[in-house]
Amino acid sequence: MQQIEAKAPESAGAKLVALILRVALAVAIPLIAFWVLYQGFLFLRDSDAPKAVIVLVAIIWGVGGVAALYWIFNWLVEQLPGDWTARLQPFVFVGPAMAILIWYLTLPVYRTFWLSLFDRDGFPVGFSVFKPWTWITGIQSPSFVGFANYTNLFTERLLQEALRNNLMWIVFGSTLSVVTGLLVATLADRSKSERVSKTLIFLPMAISFVGAGVIWNFMYEVKPPGEAQIGVFNAIVVALGGSPHPWDKWVAIAPWNNLFLILIVIWLQTGFSMVLFSAALKGIPQELMEAGRVDGASELRIFFNIMLPYIRPTVITVWTTIVIFTLKIFDVVWVMTGGQFGTHVIATQFYRQSFTARNSGIGSAIAIVLLLTVVPVLAYNLRQLREGQEGF
Amino acid sequence: MASVTYKNVYKRFGDVTVITDLNMEIADKEFVVFVGPSGCGKSTSLRMLAGLEEISEGDIMIGDRVVNDVPPKDRDIAMVFQSYALYPHMSVYDNMAFGLKLRKTPKAEIDRRVKEAADILGLGNLLDRKPKALSGGQRQRVAVGRAIVREPAVFLMDEPLSNLDAKLRVSARAEITKLHKRLGTTFIYVTHDQVEAMTMGDRIAVLADGILQQIDSPRTLYKRPNNIFVAGFIGSPSMNFFNATIVQEEGKMIVDTGDFRVEIPAEKQATFKDVVGKEVVFGMRPENIHVPQYAPPGIVAAPFDVTIEVVELLGHELNIFATSGKNSLVATVDTRLEANVGNKIGLVMDMGQMHIFDKNTEMAIR
Repeated sequence: MQQIEAKAPESAGAKLVALILRVALAVAIPLIAFWVLYQGFLFLRDSDAPKAVIVLVAIIWGVGGVAALYWIFNWLVEQLPGDWTARLQPFVFVGPAMAILIWYLTLPVYRTFWLSLFDRDGFPVGFSVFKPWTWITGIQSPSFVGFANYTNLFTERLLQEALRNNLMWIVFGSTLSVVTGLLVATLADRSKSERVSKTLIFLPMAISFVGAGVIWNFMYEVKPPGEAQIGVFNAIVVALGGSPHPWDKWVAIAPWNNLFLILIVIWLQTGFSMVLFSAALKGIPQELMEAGRVDGASELRIFFNIMLPYIRPTVITVWTTIVIFTLKIFDVVWVMTGGQFGTHVIATQFYRQSFTARNSGIGSAIAIVLLLTVVPVLAYNLRQLREGQEGF
Repeated sequence: MASVTYKNVYKRFGDVTVITDLNMEIADKEFVVFVGPSGCGKSTSLRMLAGLEEISEGDIMIGDRVVNDVPPKDRDIAMVFQSYALYPHMSVYDNMAFGLKLRKTPKAEIDRRVKEAADILGLGNLLDRKPKALSGGQRQRVAVGRAIVREPAVFLMDEPLSNLDAKLRVSARAEITKLHKRLGTTFIYVTHDQVEAMTMGDRIAVLADGILQQIDSPRTLYKRPNNIFVAGFIGSPSMNFFNATIVQEEGKMIVDTGDFRVEIPAEKQATFKDVVGKEVVFGMRPENIHVPQYAPPGIVAAPFDVTIEVVELLGHELNIFATSGKNSLVATVDTRLEANVGNKIGLVMDMGQMHIFDKNTEMAIR
């Protein structure tokens, strides 16, 4: 847009009109889309056509309707004089996405932050975060506790445990996913069975976290001594003469039993990091490695002194992406242990506080803390991605 | 400092033979250029010497040592790559010092050598820069510097100038030649550019289809090409070739192309007496064809007529593309000629500079 504006300097009036039209586009398109979709929903809900037909119509109605909407608005904008087309056209496409993002993401975050300042009773009657004139009554109400939820959060044992566990998830989960992914990518790159091995390692990526949890529950399954062990881990341990353990539910070794949960995510994420590293490694010019070889570097040296620095942006991107995954980790813990045996993480605590204990105040505080932890990592991640794209 | 020897070297990729029976002896301190069209095997020959490609058959020797199974780092060579292959995350200094650090050279010695190389190449004030902050010419010099500091026995260069613009290439060419004199090391240089080859090499090895066609000094290569390929490859514009028959009439020996006939000078007749009556390929370089009134004195002029098709004035020379019957040819003539397309004019060939090749073997007859 800057380029276009630089080409045609516009008056303040034109700028204002452009702004209004842009906002109007951003709001009108999703509104019409939602209305059309809702009408379609009502129509289909009340029809007694066969289910297959309803599904087909729904797909055509949904996808086709939205596509048609974009097409019509794009066409309308293209009918405008040239410079107005240039001013408005991007907003036909970007605007609705931004508007929906604000509605679905930004506003809830804002509301969640307000909620975190109140105790379990939440907002008093008549208070609205979107009506500044009600803020005074809100702050004066007995349920307003300021930042007390946050101080509690860092002092309560269960929450401290969650923070500690999340730290373990970050340190071991993301680091080991990166290391194993890098290792597999490097070795597969030189192997004849590259495709097969990469496919096998990539396969777990297709399994949901919950599905993986179910699978690994069987892997860690424990039966009383003497009975046949159906869990892979215990079967091996017992066959080797050891005694069975509950692994992820093994309180005696807490907090290290968390590692057995982390292992699941490493299993899931190695494929992801492997694929990205594999692509990055293949992007290293062959001559660079040859130069290293002629210069006298061993293969290990070439890996650490030439290849690794070359793919550093990818390493950081992958690492931070997995850090974000592990910061938000929920499903695996919830399915495997439900947060018991010292395995709570921030997200499971958030769920427990918000929906089990029905304390929306502390739940929201946890959510905000989680968000604040993720944002810097995310920002760094995006910056690296951009730099990586610019390349050398 | 060392000589390099290729002895019956073959290189095969699966069923494809890319180098066939390569034999070459390169003397210590010699500057040899491998030249040929793309895919001729010149880079592969160099990479086998560097240890970056395995040798399928035969021996490669550096000095007296057979290096077939010696890894690149122990061959005492340094290489400049076409893409320069600078380590992007290292400064210019570290790029140059990397090889020495790996060899556990003392720090003071590394510093001395890097500074010295930087002085030679004019990189003194760029040592802290990263490669991406350098221009193409500067990167190329860093790549050369990285090779210099190693003080290798053999210097290998794989098309090091092909990424530079034309102007820079001319000055870089001269700098590399100077560098060779200064370092007194064996240089092996790969290029597809015959001008680079002619200007830089003590000797030039012309390769085609994985076979060494000829290895000789630039002058010999130009004056006495072994075969049609070398004759056509060296020189710009390329040598003209005409299918012809050699006929003997009344004590004269004549090259008959069917369209024009030119007489072979008396002193050369003995050379061609075996091919009289046979079909041959007659070769004549464009620069040895002249306009009669501007022809240099002392040449053995043989006149013939052409029709001008295209005229290219390059300033210092004038190329005319012309036809004589079914034969087409190029002539580089005096710029004073007022040539117009469609004109029929008479030209002369300097028969002292003629070449005759066997039609089947394509080898020179001399």
